[in-house]
Amino acid sequence: MTTTTEATRLAGAVGVAHTRVEGLDKVTGAARYAAEHHFTELAHGWMVLSTVARGRITAIDSAPVEAMPGVLAVLHHENAPHLAEASGFFGPDPTVQVLQNDRVPHVGWPVALVVAETPEQAREAAESLVVHYEQEPHDTVFRAGHPDTYTPGDDEDDSVEISKGDMEAELAASAVVVDEWYTTPEEHHNAMEPHGAIARWEDGRLEVIDTTQGAFATAQDLAALLSLDPSSVRVVSEHVGGGFGSKGLVRPHSVLAAMAATVVHRPVRVVMTRRQVFSLVGHRPATAQRMRLGAHADGRLRALDHQASSYTSRVMEYVESSAAISRVLYGADAHHTVNRVVPLDVPTPRWMRAPGEAPGSFAVESAMDELAERCGVDPVALRIRNEPAVGPVSGLPFSSRSTVACFEEGARRFGWAERDPRPAVRREGRWLLGTGVAAATYTAGVVPSTASVTAEAGGDFTVRITAADIGTGARTALVQIAADALEVPVDRIRMRIADSDFGQAMLAGGSTGTRSWAHAIVAAVAELRAVLVPGMEIPADGITVRGNSLDAVRGLAKLERHSFGAQFAEAAVDIATGEVRVRRMLGMFAAGRVVNPLTARSQLVGGMVWGLSMALHEEAHRDAASGGLVGGDLAGYHIAANADVPLIEADWVDEVDPHDPTGIKGLGEIGIVGAAAAVANAVWHATGVRHRQLPIRPDRVLAAAAERG
Amino acid sequence: MREFGYERATDVPGAVALRGADGGTSYLGGGTNLVDLMKSGVERPALLVDVRELPLDRVEVTEDGGLRIGATVTNSDLAVHPEVRRRYPMLAEALLAGASGQLRNMATVGGNLLQRTRCGYFADTSAPCNKRVPGSGCPAIAGEHHNHAILGASTHCVATHPSDMAVPLAALDAVVSYETVDGPGELPLADFYLPVGDTPHLETALPPGALITHVTVGPAPVAAVSHYRKVRERASYAFAIGSVAAALAVRGGVVEEVRLALGAVASRPWRARAAERALTGGPATAEAFAAAADAELAAAKPLPDNAYKVTLTRNLIVSELTRLAEESAR
Repeated sequence: MTTTTEATRLAGAVGVAHTRVEGLDKVTGAARYAAEHHFTELAHGWMVLSTVARGRITAIDSAPVEAMPGVLAVLHHENAPHLAEASGFFGPDPTVQVLQNDRVPHVGWPVALVVAETPEQAREAAESLVVHYEQEPHDTVFRAGHPDTYTPGDDEDDSVEISKGDMEAELAASAVVVDEWYTTPEEHHNAMEPHGAIARWEDGRLEVIDTTQGAFATAQDLAALLSLDPSSVRVVSEHVGGGFGSKGLVRPHSVLAAMAATVVHRPVRVVMTRRQVFSLVGHRPATAQRMRLGAHADGRLRALDHQASSYTSRVMEYVESSAAISRVLYGADAHHTVNRVVPLDVPTPRWMRAPGEAPGSFAVESAMDELAERCGVDPVALRIRNEPAVGPVSGLPFSSRSTVACFEEGARRFGWAERDPRPAVRREGRWLLGTGVAAATYTAGVVPSTASVTAEAGGDFTVRITAADIGTGARTALVQIAADALEVPVDRIRMRIADSDFGQAMLAGGSTGTRSWAHAIVAAVAELRAVLVPGMEIPADGITVRGNSLDAVRGLAKLERHSFGAQFAEAAVDIATGEVRVRRMLGMFAAGRVVNPLTARSQLVGGMVWGLSMALHEEAHRDAASGGLVGGDLAGYHIAANADVPLIEADWVDEVDPHDPTGIKGLGEIGIVGAAAAVANAVWHATGVRHRQLPIRPDRVLAAAAERG
Repeated sequence: MREFGYERATDVPGAVALRGADGGTSYLGGGTNLVDLMKSGVERPALLVDVRELPLDRVEVTEDGGLRIGATVTNSDLAVHPEVRRRYPMLAEALLAGASGQLRNMATVGGNLLQRTRCGYFADTSAPCNKRVPGSGCPAIAGEHHNHAILGASTHCVATHPSDMAVPLAALDAVVSYETVDGPGELPLADFYLPVGDTPHLETALPPGALITHVTVGPAPVAAVSHYRKVRERASYAFAIGSVAAALAVRGGVVEEVRLALGAVASRPWRARAAERALTGGPATAEAFAAAADAELAAAKPLPDNAYKVTLTRNLIVSELTRLAEESAR
């Protein structure tokens, strides 16, 4: 037993570099990821995925497989437990309505789960299972102007298409016009840890160890799907090996593990193979975007038209909001943005790091570079010249906007002032050299969340919050935030995260996690302060209070809230071989208050590597005849290798956001935004050739060079 | 689980006897390709005969001044061998351009020659593939083929051979020695890989059950000035989309001798004999190099999405020969 004393205000922990609190556990292998846990009687499920792109299952020859060694069950649509068509945390999610009917909506749809004593037995049995299909004609080929393209939403939904001013009149009156199409391919997250879960029944509760960005939402969704009381489902995800949006929602592996545990009355583990990850966890759909910019001779925009289209599956509608970024970056007298969509017989796309902004920034920031070229205005100056005073569409003030500071400081560090604007004039051996720049922005969101704080008898404080650390350093950042809120050193904070029993909290996604959780922790600490009286005795089991940030979040002023940044890249291009190498990248960002400079920089650099990878490498190849992927694994789907990644500098300008008590904006996504455009613009500066199709592959560089002759 | 046998051979006759001529048995070298293919179900051997401990891990200088390379020498060891670096730089460069440090530490010379294509359809057991399941079709021809063959392919298969190492070996007229239960044999590399034709599943001329024991290269003084250049879709960890192994001897502005082989264009390392004939005895100029490249690539039959390989390969030939002409003149 101990007594509380008035804490002495120490130097704040927030803003000071801190290594990960779980770092030692991770590098020594002590940290356990979801599929690495073990339970007595653990059984193993192996998914069987459809091999046709559209049709229905006519028969499943399960009897011979059921007789195979170790096989405990073969679940399929004729015998699997019923799932409620529940509305999940983010609305209905038909992508997890697995084994419920005979329809096959795409290649890679789960048609059965084989459960066996060992993973090897489960796999062999799963691969032996013969499934008969009645195939129907399919269409998996996305292209601009696909006849099935439609504009989603209804009249009340004003987020899909927003229009102001007379577009055609402004374009006609413009001194300079850019009118081009930009395309980006199907891309996949490929978190290092594939999706896996262990589900078991324990004292009447369904307990799931999952790899998820949001344990609370996953628990809620599983309860709804299985028609269970929400309190009888618990999901934990203590360590997660990367998410990038692919683990933001309950996924088929967790649902199947829960179904199987219910059927075989044993703990069941289901882990996806790398190839299975390519069809079951969402991905970034291909986009085709038409950009029309009209400007005065000095580059000031009169017209901005960003028309984006992407595909979705026939299972559910997912809209990649590529045009949304243009509502934040630039104003124009006529301003039109729309996100259209076309359903295809493909796996369902979903959030992938900076959904919308990543492909959208490639289009608008490439077009801005083309406008700079045609106006004869420096690309940095053009962006500063078009810096809006208020939200270009909303008219709302910005909570803070430091774009100009990012461009100016970035230009200074990058040596932009010495840049010769002429393309294709710098040569070093076989390499043509160029530099490019692009703007970045990402929404700073916050979602009401809850947390609890316990004043322990020994003087420490335990914080419980259903946050997730998906490799970002979130756990460490929350320790720092809690330490400052409690005005104690960081070593007096015990941070417990990623357990749905801790109550509702925002998932780690949309660059909202740290800000949302910080609000909840601050709210809980305020509650604790109201309870604790200096000198009072703390009982042995401590004093625990809960906090909810609902009121604080609702009380925030309605403003344009975003992170901003400026991306710089230098590229070398060999037009005889088509090789492109990025020589250096610099990202200057403004993201409000930076909690942990060490992990923040890592997040930003990671995002920029994603942008480089998007610019030069990433592209899934879908076979039109089969509807499946060719090379749907890490051998066939190229991401940037270490040798592709040059010196990357990421830094930020000091930015105080007075309109949020935490001052945090989030920086999980902004590192990728604009990075691909900066590389593409550098390739133009090197070669004089515009690449409007990603990735900038050697064959495309060669073809472009040949076209120019 | 799918079970298979495993035996470790300690001498060559023992290995060959264990292997027999049974199609269900495979030799295991470094396993860097075979084990992957077993995991994905492309290969399903009933028995693996591990040959890594055979006494074939030496690189020896032959009487005529060439090199006799044991089949289990690792790619790493061969790449740093002083004789290889000094006398056949293109071979050392090709080895180092391949795979990754970890894979090169495991991969053997014999296994490198026998590695399978990285065609995405071949690797996917749910897809048709004439190489994997004869007669099932080749979806690459109408599908994804931007990294497939432009030379020597057929309507049955357009896959490429992925090896970097084999490209300079082709330029060096390497000879593959093997052992069978019936005794030893030899195959020039030029005859080692079979034409694709309508039998893409038959890849080499090795007799059933044969074990590669050595690869021998002749003295080839021309190779002292040689290079391997590889182009790929990322800076590392990728197979070539075009590559050239070239050796050149120029005297008085005239090509005395040239060796040229191409990678990533065919089901085998492609010896560019038409280009060599066009060059030998002629001027060592960029124009002549381009004409020679065109002579070689006249036979190219690209598909819609891999025509860039003609341009890429032509440019690589000109670029590397130009570089070598400068080095040879020094």
